[in-house]
Amino acid sequence: MNIEQVLFGAFAFLTLLSAALVIFAKSPVSAAMALVSTFFFLAGIYVLLWAHTVAALQVLVYAGAIMVLFLFVIMLLNLGEEAPGPRLTLGRIAGGAAATGLLVVLSMAIAKVPNRVTTLSESAAHEFGTMKTIGTAIFTQWLLPFEAVSLLLLVAMVGAVVVAKSRI
Amino acid sequence: MVPINYYLFLAAALFCLGMFGVLVRRNALIVFMCVELMLNAANLTFLAFARMRGDSIGHVSAFFVIAVAAAEASIGLAIVIAVFRSRGSVNIEDIKTMKH
Repeated sequence: MNIEQVLFGAFAFLTLLSAALVIFAKSPVSAAMALVSTFFFLAGIYVLLWAHTVAALQVLVYAGAIMVLFLFVIMLLNLGEEAPGPRLTLGRIAGGAAATGLLVVLSMAIAKVPNRVTTLSESAAHEFGTMKTIGTAIFTQWLLPFEAVSLLLLVAMVGAVVVAKSRI
Repeated sequence: MVPINYYLFLAAALFCLGMFGVLVRRNALIVFMCVELMLNAANLTFLAFARMRGDSIGHVSAFFVIAVAAAEASIGLAIVIAVFRSRGSVNIEDIKTMKH
């Protein structure tokens, strides 16, 4: 076992563990904390996939900005713990069955994916996943989607203010 | 080198965990967190295929997914605040106005 496999195993286990903690947490605050750690471990997985820029964005935008927004709203609403319902309702059993079924189908499809990774030349491997490469792709090939996303963020910002305001 | 299938399987497991949370939890805030988990699973799939093919299109897609997730979180949390203000609860079983 080399270091990459060890790191992948550790990060994958910790990611799934903290994702399960998000689902089974009693209070929204502990769910949010588990979600932050999920995002950090996923950033580690992204680095193993040579996606350094996306890993940095993950930590900055997800673990930073979005989670601060979540915690701010949780504190603002001042919720108590969720009242414990019956342990096994029909809805919970159906949800578990649906999730397990989807997982089985997806695993069968994934097992058929050929494990052929394109070998990159040394210079291409050096450039792969850097800010420069992604920025070039965004500002040449993907310029219109990029501008559409900036418009979307503006609309979301104005819309959030309008919706959350008490009186318009 | 870890096989790409392992990354894809991790993404599938993360997506199914998120889906389970969306279907089972009653608290609207935790449902939103589970949607974020599902978006992250999609991102992981994009990045795994980008590594497999050796191009950066998957990274650009992940960038767009992160931006859309930020917009979704801001709008969704604003709606949660508005609903909490009018109903005094974020339990999605109490919110049945649009149910026919």
